[in-house]
This record gives sequence, C-alpha cells and structure tokens, in this order.
Amino acid sequence: MSMINYASREINCKIVYYGPGLGGKTTNLEHVYGKVKPDTRGKLISLATETERTLFFDFLPVDLGTIRGFKTRFHLYTVPGQVYYNASRKLILKGVDGIVFVADSQVERMEANQESMQNLYDNMAEYGYDLTKMPFVIQYNKRDLPNAAPLRELQTALNPGWEITDAARQRVTPDPAHPGENLVEQVPTGEWIERAPYYEGVAVTGDGVFDTLKAVSKLVLKSLA
Amino acid sequence: MATGSASWSFTEEDFGAITSTLRKFLFDANARCALLVDRTGQLVATVGEQPDFDPTAFATLTAADFSANDQLAKLIGENDFKSLFHQGETASMYLADVARRVILVVLFDNRTTLGLVRLRMKETVGELTVLFEQVFARTRSGAPAQPSILAGADDEIDKLFQ
Repeated sequence: MSMINYASREINCKIVYYGPGLGGKTTNLEHVYGKVKPDTRGKLISLATETERTLFFDFLPVDLGTIRGFKTRFHLYTVPGQVYYNASRKLILKGVDGIVFVADSQVERMEANQESMQNLYDNMAEYGYDLTKMPFVIQYNKRDLPNAAPLRELQTALNPGWEITDAARQRVTPDPAHPGENLVEQVPTGEWIERAPYYEGVAVTGDGVFDTLKAVSKLVLKSLA
Repeated sequence: MATGSASWSFTEEDFGAITSTLRKFLFDANARCALLVDRTGQLVATVGEQPDFDPTAFATLTAADFSANDQLAKLIGENDFKSLFHQGETASMYLADVARRVILVVLFDNRTTLGLVRLRMKETVGELTVLFEQVFARTRSGAPAQPSILAGADDEIDKLFQ
C-alpha cells in the first residue's frame, strides 16, 4: 500500500525481495546500500541471527528521484528465506506494492526455488493479493556459477506464465530487457499468457541488481499512474 | 488498487484534529513525543519533541514489533495485544493499537510515570479511534477520491529510469 505524503511531498512504496534461503536477497540490498549516495538512502537495518541469516527482515529506504515535485521513496525489505520462518515472512508482505523474487540459479536449488515461489503465491493469496496483477519481477541470481541451470529451464519451472482472459490485454508485448522475447504472447495451444519480467544477476558483484530494482520500481510507479 | 490492499487518506482537517488530540495528550501525560505509524510500517505523524533517531527505521521496526506480537497473542489464544510496553533505563515507550490500522507510539522518560501515561493513553486511543473510524468510513464510501498525482506521468516515470 503506497502512501503519498502531501506535507513532506513524498511517495512511499514498499518492495519485498522474496526467495529461497541463501539465494542472495540480503546481498541485493547490501549492494544497493553500498552504491547509492548516502544522502539518498537511510540505514540498512538487519534483524539477523549471529550467523548472519535473516531472522525477521532487512530493511533499506532509498530515494530514486523526483516526479512532479514528489520524492519517490522506496522501502526495500527482504524476508527470511528458510522454510520454517514462514510466520515472519508473511508479516513482511503486508501492504506490499511490488515483489522481486530472487531465485538461486544453481541446479540443486531448483526445488527450493519452486517451494519458495509456491509459498509466495500462498502467502499473497492469504492477504487477498493477486500476484499476477501487481508489480512482480524475477531475478535469476548466481548466473556466474558453473552449476547454474540454463535460463530456459528456470523460466519453465518458475515463470511459466499465467493465462490472460481479458481480450483487451491479449496482444503481443515484447520484453524490453530481452530482444526477441515477449512478456505477453499467444502459445501454440491458443491461450494468451503473460510472464513476469526477469533479469539475470550476480548479486555479489552487483550485476543485475539495479536493473532488477529499477524494473520493479518503475512497475510500481506506473501502477499508481 | 491492484495490490488488493485498502488505501486511505486523510484531509488537513483530520490531520489537525489528530495532532491536537496528541498535543493535549503529551501535555497531560508529560510525555516527550508521540508518533503514529500505520500497520505497514509507514510513519503517519510525529508530535512533540522531534526525535533524534531515524524515524523511517523506527516506524518500520514498530510495525514489525506489533505484527510479531499479534502472532504471539494468537498463539496463546488471544486475538491481539492492544498495547505493548518497553521499559528502558531512562527512556521508555508505550505502543497502542488504534482502530486496527494505526499504532500510537509514545516516548517518555522519568519526568512522568507509566501509570499516568497509561491512564491518559486510554482516553486518547478512544478519541483517535473515533477520528480514524471516520476517515476509514469516508474512504470506504468512495467519497472524495483524489486523482493520483502520478496520473498521466508515464513519460516522466520512463525518464526517471533511463
């Protein structure tokens, strides 16, 4: 739930980084924290265990610029990835405006990715949110590792697309980040489907981190326009 | 709204009524500062001494604190905890639920007592609940929905991310 503060001329939006444990959600936030100018970001807050695993959440507020005289302030949250922290993970989703799913590209993490994606859909549904109707971006992280699964496999498993029944939206929409690919298209069986935009990342070096953040932020602001 | 979450907004008049209620409370309870935080972690208002900490981080942690305690309440068979109290050596804070959507946080020190803060807080929460219920009822009835300030700003948004 975005909040527009007319007194301080700020638009506040909440973005949550979701995904399996050790997938790189916190690393994404740490990279953003390290790269943006100190006057455009707040403190990075981490509620973590002594072994640096996220216990409740990490939080980082960043300003991404001004539109119509209003500062756009994004509150970035990560959730704990480990399966048994679902109670706290669900709490963080309250009032979310946009989601980034950080998938771990390693072949052996495929099942953990799928489990986490299912958990995201379930938790969103419990709040009455429809993930297919809100700003949602996927980042395939750890693309530099030798055991990274091919993109096509990851897309098939995690981003197969959802059906579009609204005739007005049934038109081919190219994916601006991947020439030759479409976000909305008709599949051979006749249905129209839409997929979430995806980005490749290596969060430890920062590759793809800002592409992902910009993509989801833009979708969030456009959803308010 | 696409996210399915309920949004709400208040007018300058509402804001005036809310802040004057809080000012009176701070005076009566001899407390330092009152903050209103919505359940999603956004800071709505600050009254009294301006805090010397990061208010954004504070608001986020407050909402998380309250949400975590709601879950604890459910585990022991309660619906929720209406208020929370955190005691420090010199500074303490008292948090109370307002209309299930907003959290009132009061910071106080040893110039006052927990008993007085709690006593005054009870009536203040009652007054604020009435005020906020009116705001939410107005939002629900669909009355003066302001057009989004970003309406038609697609080009500007594109430029921001070039």
